[in-house]
Amino acid sequence: MTEERDALIAAVREFAGTELAPNAARWDAEKHFPIDTLQRAGDLGLGGVYVREEFGGSGLSRLDAVAMFEELAKGDTTIAAYISIHNMVVWMIDTFGDDAQRERWVPGLAAMTALGSYCLTEPGAGSDAAAITTSARRDGDDYVINGVKQFVSGAGSSAVYVVMARTGEPGAKGISAIVVPDGTAGLSFGRNEQKMGWNAQPTRQVVFDGVRVPVSNRLDVEGAGFGIAMKGLDGGRLNIAACSLGGAQWALEQALRYVHEREAFGAPLAANQSIVFTLADMETELQAARALLERAAGKLDEGASDLVPACAMAKRFATDAAFHVANTALQLHGGYGYLHEYGIERVVRDLRVHQILEGTNEIMRLIVGRNLVNRL
Amino acid sequence: MKIIVLVKEVPDTYGERKLDLETGLADRDASEAVLDEISERALEVALSYADSAGGAEVVVLSMAPESATATIRKALAMGAASAVHVTDAGLAGADLGLTARTLAAAIRRTGFDLVITGNLSTDGSGGVLPAMLAELLEVPNATALSSVEIAADSVSGTRSTDDGNMRVSAPLPAVISITEALPDARFPNFKGIMAAKKKPFETLSATDLEIEPADVSAAASIMTGIAEKPPRSAGVKITDEGDGGTKIAEYLIANRLV
Repeated sequence: MTEERDALIAAVREFAGTELAPNAARWDAEKHFPIDTLQRAGDLGLGGVYVREEFGGSGLSRLDAVAMFEELAKGDTTIAAYISIHNMVVWMIDTFGDDAQRERWVPGLAAMTALGSYCLTEPGAGSDAAAITTSARRDGDDYVINGVKQFVSGAGSSAVYVVMARTGEPGAKGISAIVVPDGTAGLSFGRNEQKMGWNAQPTRQVVFDGVRVPVSNRLDVEGAGFGIAMKGLDGGRLNIAACSLGGAQWALEQALRYVHEREAFGAPLAANQSIVFTLADMETELQAARALLERAAGKLDEGASDLVPACAMAKRFATDAAFHVANTALQLHGGYGYLHEYGIERVVRDLRVHQILEGTNEIMRLIVGRNLVNRL
Repeated sequence: MKIIVLVKEVPDTYGERKLDLETGLADRDASEAVLDEISERALEVALSYADSAGGAEVVVLSMAPESATATIRKALAMGAASAVHVTDAGLAGADLGLTARTLAAAIRRTGFDLVITGNLSTDGSGGVLPAMLAELLEVPNATALSSVEIAADSVSGTRSTDDGNMRVSAPLPAVISITEALPDARFPNFKGIMAAKKKPFETLSATDLEIEPADVSAAASIMTGIAEKPPRSAGVKITDEGDGGTKIAEYLIANRLV
């Protein structure tokens, strides 16, 4: 029913416009992580957008989700991206957890009264994620986890950490996904990293020093962790790409207004053909990115056999296009674009990392290219 | 306790608001249609009461073109239990008298203990409809309330005027109107939006309410003229040559601004 979908997207737009947009600049400047606002996002239904309704999810589609993340990002790209990561974690627990695990963790996470973090990357293993060394040693009915996870969004504020740890042989097959609740003895966090952007959400190391959790905290079977982590990322990539799209669309709209208002050499900037061509390219790039993103979301919804490369190419294209569009919007604003006050430079800083995380854009090319080559 | 909240679809105040110079009606395509913010606040008053006192039923009522369905459904998404939509081509452009007669008939038909409205809509800005409804429904009316307390058999509140605040109260059934001083409305959440489509949504015509829009025996207003809003002219500049203060005072007096 399209009227209902319109109402859902409109509700997200209203939330982004009233709760996020007016605060985005301040949260960036003060490095403030707005946990109270996230709870209101949870009230709205944003804690588990595409998580089943049984334990509190909203039960919507990936196609709905990308439209929602785009709207959220028009208000605040960093908070939109954080909600995207949180959704990935909730979906992993809801999809791969047993009923007891789902009942224990999903309700709070879906309501965003509890936040979730995803722990895969390590200081020594990024793109080569199967090379992680954090270990989970079996000891009776427990796992004892030792190691360090790097670049963890929300670390220090989250209630649960989904940790990919080695429980067996080297490589992808020896990895399991284990839920570690906050407050477990031996769990600690590094300092809040000083970053180029994404200042409104904390990024820290997560340190596991003899962290003991019951074996019943493991999602799915032993050795399934790498697959779970990658499946989480398929959707995560679309959501991050949607966040890029929203930020860039907002920047384009600012630029459009600016070229009408700003006069140079006796006419508005918009009177110059070079400006019109630039705007046309920006619009075309974003429309193309949106089309690719919706195509990939549709494939994820229907479980298509080529969903992995579809998500990868959408992520690569949309995050590159959006960064370029936002950076061009900055250029169109001249010196004003470089001022915090206009918000454009913040979006540029925030979107830059989308080309790196949820799998670098080089890894996205590897996925798409290998898939292509292996077809022969 | 049955509370009817009057809700209205209006052109978004952020957009341009225009009249159609042919018909004299609001040009509904000129800007985005939204639920009037004052309607949302009126609904919030009812929903807050329903949250705190069990057994209260909140019904939203709107007289609006057929296209307003999605806007009315937003009120259901926010938490109203059911909606009544009076829509009839014959009611397009209805004046306040016909609007009040039609709404009063719909309110009687639905049954009510309390009717809550905004003090005035952001488009028509008439501000007299609540009093007209109370007159037609033959119940007490408290207007422009900046605070509201609802009890099982009465309603009371603060009525702010230029001269000060009054405490007013009335036994139920009654009609009240509220001001912007009351809190912002809640957001509809996803669950509310998805539940809204399953809630009762009654559509009524003028005939269903035994209203004859073209009835010439009832008093009605007549539009005698309509014109485009004049373009903004440049302001008056007063150069101070020692008598600037006097000139400003003269300007204010001449334009009846003091």
